[in-house]
Amino acid sequence: MEGTIPLSYYIAVSAILFTMGALGVLIRRNALIVFMSIELMLNAANLAFVAFARSYGVLTGQIFVFFVITVAAAEVAVGLALIVAIFRSKHSIDVDQMSSLKG
Amino acid sequence: MTQTDLLTLLPNILLVTWACILLLVDLFIPQRRKGMIALLAVFGLAVVMGIVLAQAGREMTAFNGMIVVDGFSVFLSVLFLATGILGIAIAYGYLKRMGIERGEYYTLMLFSISGMLLMAQAADLIVIFLGLELLSIPLYVLAAWARPRLESEEAGLKYFLLGAFATGFVVYGIAMTFGATGSTRLSEIVARVAGGEAVTTLLLIGAALLLVGFGFKVAAVPFHMWTPDVYQGAPTSVTGFMAVGAKAAGFAALLRIFVSAFPSLSVDLVPVLWGLAAVTMIGGNLIAIAQTDIKRMLAYSSIAHAGYILMAFVPYGNPKVAHDSVASALFYLVAYAITSFGAWAMVIALEKAEGKGLEINDYAGLGRKHPAMAAAMTVFMLSLTGIPPTLGLIGKLYLFRSVVEGGFIGLAIIGVLTSLISAYYYLRVVVVMYMRDGDPQVTSESWLNLTIGAAALATVVLSFVPAALFTLASDAVLKLF
Repeated sequence: MEGTIPLSYYIAVSAILFTMGALGVLIRRNALIVFMSIELMLNAANLAFVAFARSYGVLTGQIFVFFVITVAAAEVAVGLALIVAIFRSKHSIDVDQMSSLKG
Repeated sequence: MTQTDLLTLLPNILLVTWACILLLVDLFIPQRRKGMIALLAVFGLAVVMGIVLAQAGREMTAFNGMIVVDGFSVFLSVLFLATGILGIAIAYGYLKRMGIERGEYYTLMLFSISGMLLMAQAADLIVIFLGLELLSIPLYVLAAWARPRLESEEAGLKYFLLGAFATGFVVYGIAMTFGATGSTRLSEIVARVAGGEAVTTLLLIGAALLLVGFGFKVAAVPFHMWTPDVYQGAPTSVTGFMAVGAKAAGFAALLRIFVSAFPSLSVDLVPVLWGLAAVTMIGGNLIAIAQTDIKRMLAYSSIAHAGYILMAFVPYGNPKVAHDSVASALFYLVAYAITSFGAWAMVIALEKAEGKGLEINDYAGLGRKHPAMAAAMTVFMLSLTGIPPTLGLIGKLYLFRSVVEGGFIGLAIIGVLTSLISAYYYLRVVVVMYMRDGDPQVTSESWLNLTIGAAALATVVLSFVPAALFTLASDAVLKLF
């Protein structure tokens, strides 16, 4: 495997992406950006899956990626619908302002 | 797809097909008679439960070992299907009363239940992931069901964002586990680890991330922030279903993954699980004391109960007690399911259309005006605390016993002490019901009353014959090890 990128590089990139995604969820306040950060986490996992699958020479990882992409698409449909619904009634998608539930 | 594949997955296939049919049938049913869909959905669940029971006692593997039918899956599938039937029973009148009755409600519940079934049957991390999402996505929609009521929309969005965040952790955890072992099949993972082929660091990271992800799903402290808001904002019938079904499914997946794939990691994971269980019990019970809203109080109570069930995970790596501790976790899940459903049904009975009737003080005078209702609520509160003669006490006894036998006496003491603390806020409801005067308005609906009565009866009666239920749970986990 002369000249190919070693596995650890892929995993490092995927770990960085995952951390960025997780931090984004915790720090950003716009529901859409939070959602994008979650997608980043999922895609970080996809990258790791593909890299591992290639190094092991098995297809499981690639197949998993298809499942993740499909499920993420389903989640987008529901998530965007929820965000649109809440924007209609609040005219804001700032998660800090979602404080009608308290105790 | 072979015949075995088809037979193994038959409950799921039927459930999903039935849900799709109901979606079509719904178009032809006039708005006033949407209750028909509920009856049809219950019929479907009952049929599927019959098939699952017919599978009992058999061992089947399908789709190259991705799906299994064993005692564990049958036990939990029956629990999930019963949860579905009770969930529809408490929703039937409530949705009408709140003016949010739409046929898709029941369809979404069926989809969610089929996700739970898939999680109980999964023997591969891919299937666990799919089951988890099939369970969660309909629940996100259901939490926001009372749209355009702002609280419900907010609950939906919060549940969605935190749920998807947790999914991210689960998927990354699966990726790391796959990276460590080269397989997503639980049986192969454990074989590779035993053969010394696995990369231990990656495996540990994977297990930790899975624990975080599922910690969100079962609402363990410190991953519980969403629970009170979502439980409070979602329509109460959804909350009851979610509090029991989603939590049980999360624990089903956790048990399956940790017991069958990660037994070798127990040395490293035990302190983490110990801490998680302790913090969850303490946090849930302490914050519950300050609540005045019954839905929030029950939400924190459900967090605390997640802590009690997590106790059963702590000795999972010790082969001598692992079997009993997993069985007691299943027993406790059933006890919690029955009691919690009863309590949520009571909340529904007192809730009024404009969101009133949810304060604990609104229960004042219930003992005089509706003695039967008050007696049932007392039974539920006693059971959640763990006071005889209720199922909750027996469940806790089994749990504490296995924890003590595993050598974690400190944890058992924390469990007992937090149960004592919990007596304060559970019994406060009882005191308010009997000692204070008030004029509570109770909605009497036949399905709801039936659920409350059955749950109260089961909580008391089963506590006199716990051995039968425990034997069932014990047989169910036999093949897991």
